[in-house]
Amino acid sequence: MKPSRPAAPRLADLRPELKRIERRLFLRGGLSLGALALLSGCDLSTDSGIDRALWAMLRFNDRVQAALFDPNRLAPSYPASAITRPFRFNAYYPEWQVRMVDADAWRLEVGGLVADKKPWSLADLRQLPQEAQITRHVCVEGWSQIGQWSGVPLHVFLRKIGADLRAKYVAFRCFDDYSSSIDMASALHPQTILALDFEEKPLDPPWGAPLRLRIPTKLGFKNPKYLAAISVTNDYPGGYWENQGYNWYSGL
Amino acid sequence: MTVATRKPAAFDAPGAAAPARPAAHPLPVRIMHWLGAAAILCMILSGWQIYNASPLLPFEFPSWMTLGGWLAGGIAWHLAGLWLLLLDGLLYLIYGFASGHFRRDFLPLDPRLVLRDLGRALTGRLAHRLGHYNAVQRLLYAGVLVVVVFTVLTGLSIWKPVQFAWLTDFFGGYDRARVLHFSAMCLIVAFLAVHLILVAIFPRTLLAMIAGLRRQDEAEEKP
Repeated sequence: MKPSRPAAPRLADLRPELKRIERRLFLRGGLSLGALALLSGCDLSTDSGIDRALWAMLRFNDRVQAALFDPNRLAPSYPASAITRPFRFNAYYPEWQVRMVDADAWRLEVGGLVADKKPWSLADLRQLPQEAQITRHVCVEGWSQIGQWSGVPLHVFLRKIGADLRAKYVAFRCFDDYSSSIDMASALHPQTILALDFEEKPLDPPWGAPLRLRIPTKLGFKNPKYLAAISVTNDYPGGYWENQGYNWYSGL
Repeated sequence: MTVATRKPAAFDAPGAAAPARPAAHPLPVRIMHWLGAAAILCMILSGWQIYNASPLLPFEFPSWMTLGGWLAGGIAWHLAGLWLLLLDGLLYLIYGFASGHFRRDFLPLDPRLVLRDLGRALTGRLAHRLGHYNAVQRLLYAGVLVVVVFTVLTGLSIWKPVQFAWLTDFFGGYDRARVLHFSAMCLIVAFLAVHLILVAIFPRTLLAMIAGLRRQDEAEEKP
């Protein structure tokens, strides 16, 4: 009597083979952990394919955030009792290195796609309409604090200097060698202001005296202090942190 | 004629007359599992990098355990991994509901069965059959899915506290949403710890999630 077809393999016969496959899979898992260790070296500072892919994803995220931005949505406002005290100093250097200027001699330079490039004094800026806000300043590091600022809405200022409002970017240069830039839609948002006052008094040096940008729809590092010049442009201006890899749009 | 009629023990031989049993994990589930695993690993490790910039608790994650090298790199990885997680997660949710995978494999979620199976598992009396989830597994797999969705939502609420202010308010404001996002990560890491320990104890489950294998049914020999 012979079987009509070969007997099916028994599990016991397959065990050694299974063990080998399992071992191979664990080895492969170990190798992918090694690959992960290599990836952790990708920090946007190299020219590797992965760093280039990360930069491309950052640009993609800029476009997504611009699409999510609603020009009519206001950042939440808070009562005066919610103001954070003491307010935390933050810059790319420690507080003792804060630079100061003579407020009377200071001028805000204006450049790029604007009709009137006359520099502005503090007194000139005080002549323009003023807006006040109590809003949350959110740092890219994760902490946040609520403060009170007032000053000239940027959209008022841009119209005053005859800026091309169809341009893509508004760029800021600071006298502490900082810089940043924002998209035109965010620049025209009603809560985006050139702040002259902090807690109803002229800005003190730690808070960006004599003039800073306050934009509660973006992360803290997009709120440059110690302004020296504003320009309107269609050429991507980047910025101090943005050029090193921080997400340019950084909208809230 | 016992030889000729004997059923195969655990594997269908090629050309066997018996109909092939389905894979323990269908191919779409296996693909989405591994894409999701990569995305979540990326989100956790880059999230630890971001956490270190402003720790909520009096400790930091060792830098070798983080992804991105510094805060900007961590954010870049987090914002890139986000899209893989969203895409993979949405596909999985659609597949899970549309194919009946959730209804068939995750339900019922009966607390008494969970306690019964947990007791059996801890006393080593719970048989593991590939492709079938016991009540504890059902609870953990459905639970971690809910926690991942919660983590994505709390994450969106601290990424966009102005555009999605209603979501941030829903989670109790910016600071609380940040704590919730961190807590949800802890739950996912706790799940992963249990998950990986069990995979190490039952390595065939790893094989099944890669190669599919065959589903094991009730009456079979337990390996």
